[in-house]
Amino acid sequence: MSTLTDDHAHVADDHAHVDHEHAHGPAKGLMRWVLTTNHKDIGTMYLWFSFAMFLLGGSFAMVIRAELFQPGLQIVQPEFFNQMTTMHGLIMVFGAVMPAFVGLANWMIPLMVGAPDMALPRMNNFSFWLLPAAFLLLISTLFSPGGGPNFGWTFYAPLSTTYAPESVTFFIFAIHLMGISSIMGAINVIATILNLRAPGMTLMKMPLFVWTWLITAFLLIAVMPVLAGCVTMMLMDIHFGTSFFSAAGGGDPVLFQHVFWFFGHPEVYIMILPAFGAVSAIIPAFSRKPLFGYTSMVYATASIAFLSFIVWAHHMFVVGIPLVGELFFMYATLLIAVPTGVKVFNWASTMWQGSLSFETPMLFAVAFVILFTIGGFSGLMLAIAPADFQYHDTYFVVAHFHYVLVPGAIFGIFASAYYWLPKWTGHMYDETLGKLHFWLSFIGMNMAFFPMHFVGLAGMPRRIPDYNLQFADFNMVSSIGAFMFGATQIFFLFIVIKCIRGGEPAPAKPWDGAEGLEWSIPSPAPYHTFTTPPEVK
Amino acid sequence: MMRHPQVWVGLVLWSIFSQAQAAWTVNMAPGATEVSNKVFDLHMTIFWICVAIGIVVFGAMFWSMIVHRRSTGQVAAKFHESTTVEILWTIVPFLILVAMAIPATKTLIEIYDSTESDVDIQVTGYQWKWHYKYLGQDVEFFSNMATPAEQIHNQATKGEHYLLEVDQPLVLPVGAKVRFLVTAADVIHSWWVPAFAVKRDAIPGFVNEAWTRVEKPGLYRGQCTELCGKDHGFMPIVVEVKSKADYDTWLAERKAEAGKLKELTSKEWTLEELVARGDKVYHTTCVACHQAEGQGLPPMFPALKGSKIATGPKEGHLNIVFHGKPGTSMAAFGKQLSEVDIAAVVTYERNAWGNNKGDMVTPKDVLALKQAESK
Repeated sequence: MSTLTDDHAHVADDHAHVDHEHAHGPAKGLMRWVLTTNHKDIGTMYLWFSFAMFLLGGSFAMVIRAELFQPGLQIVQPEFFNQMTTMHGLIMVFGAVMPAFVGLANWMIPLMVGAPDMALPRMNNFSFWLLPAAFLLLISTLFSPGGGPNFGWTFYAPLSTTYAPESVTFFIFAIHLMGISSIMGAINVIATILNLRAPGMTLMKMPLFVWTWLITAFLLIAVMPVLAGCVTMMLMDIHFGTSFFSAAGGGDPVLFQHVFWFFGHPEVYIMILPAFGAVSAIIPAFSRKPLFGYTSMVYATASIAFLSFIVWAHHMFVVGIPLVGELFFMYATLLIAVPTGVKVFNWASTMWQGSLSFETPMLFAVAFVILFTIGGFSGLMLAIAPADFQYHDTYFVVAHFHYVLVPGAIFGIFASAYYWLPKWTGHMYDETLGKLHFWLSFIGMNMAFFPMHFVGLAGMPRRIPDYNLQFADFNMVSSIGAFMFGATQIFFLFIVIKCIRGGEPAPAKPWDGAEGLEWSIPSPAPYHTFTTPPEVK
Repeated sequence: MMRHPQVWVGLVLWSIFSQAQAAWTVNMAPGATEVSNKVFDLHMTIFWICVAIGIVVFGAMFWSMIVHRRSTGQVAAKFHESTTVEILWTIVPFLILVAMAIPATKTLIEIYDSTESDVDIQVTGYQWKWHYKYLGQDVEFFSNMATPAEQIHNQATKGEHYLLEVDQPLVLPVGAKVRFLVTAADVIHSWWVPAFAVKRDAIPGFVNEAWTRVEKPGLYRGQCTELCGKDHGFMPIVVEVKSKADYDTWLAERKAEAGKLKELTSKEWTLEELVARGDKVYHTTCVACHQAEGQGLPPMFPALKGSKIATGPKEGHLNIVFHGKPGTSMAAFGKQLSEVDIAAVVTYERNAWGNNKGDMVTPKDVLALKQAESK
């Protein structure tokens, strides 16, 4: 701490409460986790929390796929089915994917920029502990009279206002808590990156994971308040007699969709940009070749983030927006393909003429690039407004966003987890089991989601508990794939626990092609790192 | 690796379903209108563009993965940037997108031109059925799903048009430009017939326009595509396209029926007749929420069996059916059902499931309420 005090007096002020002993470890017992301000502890808690939510949200998906295994209603009734689709979406988006990336940010950003901790450690603790409260509140609605939210994760008014179950108020409060948590997390990321970089680490020397998170954090700060405004207007409509979203009182249900998607479209990039960053570290590491086009990667990420603010109405091509509006949003959406294409081409060029090996992180990263691109292709198709009149709200859309979220966001998280597990635990994970996890996930995921393109094009709407017989065969294939994918993730839990409890000791830099400050410290990473800032040349 | 299990599982499933109609449809159908064919062409064009890009990019990646492996002794090259290729792979995709946007724009402009229609139909989404009104023709009716509950609950064999069949289809003349004015009475619905490439959200308080010109007579099926609550999956659309002559005959018949319905209001009804008619009305209109035995799904959908309203004064009962209950899913059926049907269903509810009130609400009572309202 003393060196830090000399060099960075302002940082030391923030940390004045921290013990001044040099080699102190974590506190003992439960209070370590409740009161911790350590970025590694908080990162770990975020990651475990997100994995727990991933399993819970996944179990809801299993209920959905079990009901859709065959035509007819056999397992659940439509009202419960709707609660399952809604909660699956909400929990996966806000509970699994976003906290997982915040967990990775907490663990890795200080290690990557050579900072001793996040810039605002106590706020960091608070942003984490808001999440369990928010999700307890959200999940408790399933046991309330009238059931939980049943209006889809996009909660369009007036289905989510006038026609909603009473538990909608709990849902609104839960969203507020999640939003506060995300905004604080984002402020922390920005403060850390802009203020705590090691001497010599200029912005254009930062690892891409840090860059993509910096941009993601700005997106979060821009759009989470919009979501908060959206649910607050719902609250006013439900309890205080306003009519923001009711035509009968002079409002407009379509206003809801504009506000929601102004949040919602940047939100999908919030869920994918950090994965872009992680993959941009992993592919060069296992290609043993520097990332191709670092500068263009940074500019492409920034362009995607900018464009994400001006394309929201492509989710609303059939609500009856005027022709000029349709054209604008179609063109703007098509434009996103350009910077996204640049990223994919850069990854492929990084692999070109490398010296490739396929450890588990690389398998997930390569699958990420290929399958995310397939999701990008269907996204390009959806951008063509007249064709979207056929795709909109069918299983084609479900296939599309699961291709960008499962092998996109989720595979990005798995790749990151395997890549940095040796640094976190000090042990190598079991490579054979890791590869098995990858292949089972890869097969299960494609079996679950690829046939959804087919049923969607054949005319099956989304969010229905029962369907015509012509969709039966592919739905059964989808369900079998989904069960396989779901069961495989329990296997991942086993791999991680095995890695924490033991295994081959990991060296400081377990991957010979890896680059970055995080590999300059021992494995497992000591409780306090970079108390003296490293020198970056 | 990924193909084999799919094929294997596919073969097993094929054998399971071989007695049923095995439908492994993988693509959109071109449809039955000029616009739907153009949309189909756009869909195929963008699809093949994606396939071509995919072959190039994935081809390069797989080449690297096979040839540039460390296990084959490959030494990594050092290059890591090239402004030329970066510019190239920014501009080329941009030009491809411009080429794609041009036909898409043309088709979109055509889709948005709903002027000079021959027939105008107001389509209204209700939880969970569609209402069709032929503007200027004095013909209107509801279209409910006709699939029996036994099929849904696996107590009877499912038919070919399971969940895609209705009691009264929308009828259109072939070759005429039909304009749809799409709206909703409660939540947002979406009216979609894939064969016409028409999908428009039905939004309460607003009217959206869409149009079609169907070239072949026949039956066309679709579904609601915006989550609208519990029975979102059970509000299909069926459109019957008839020749001009058949359409005119049908329209004349419907007008005559509307006249007959008015006569029914003035007829003297007995309790038994009203209960019998009310039974049918209840099981098409009310059963989704209040359930077959009147037990409801509390607390969202209250029970009618033994309820205060259904066993209380008949004026109060009629009033809630007629006006609905604001702030809940209970709609105002005064605008949805005929006088006879409202009288019948109220009478039925007062005399079914042990609610043996023995009294009746007549069509004339309903008419009186209606006239009092309009004053």
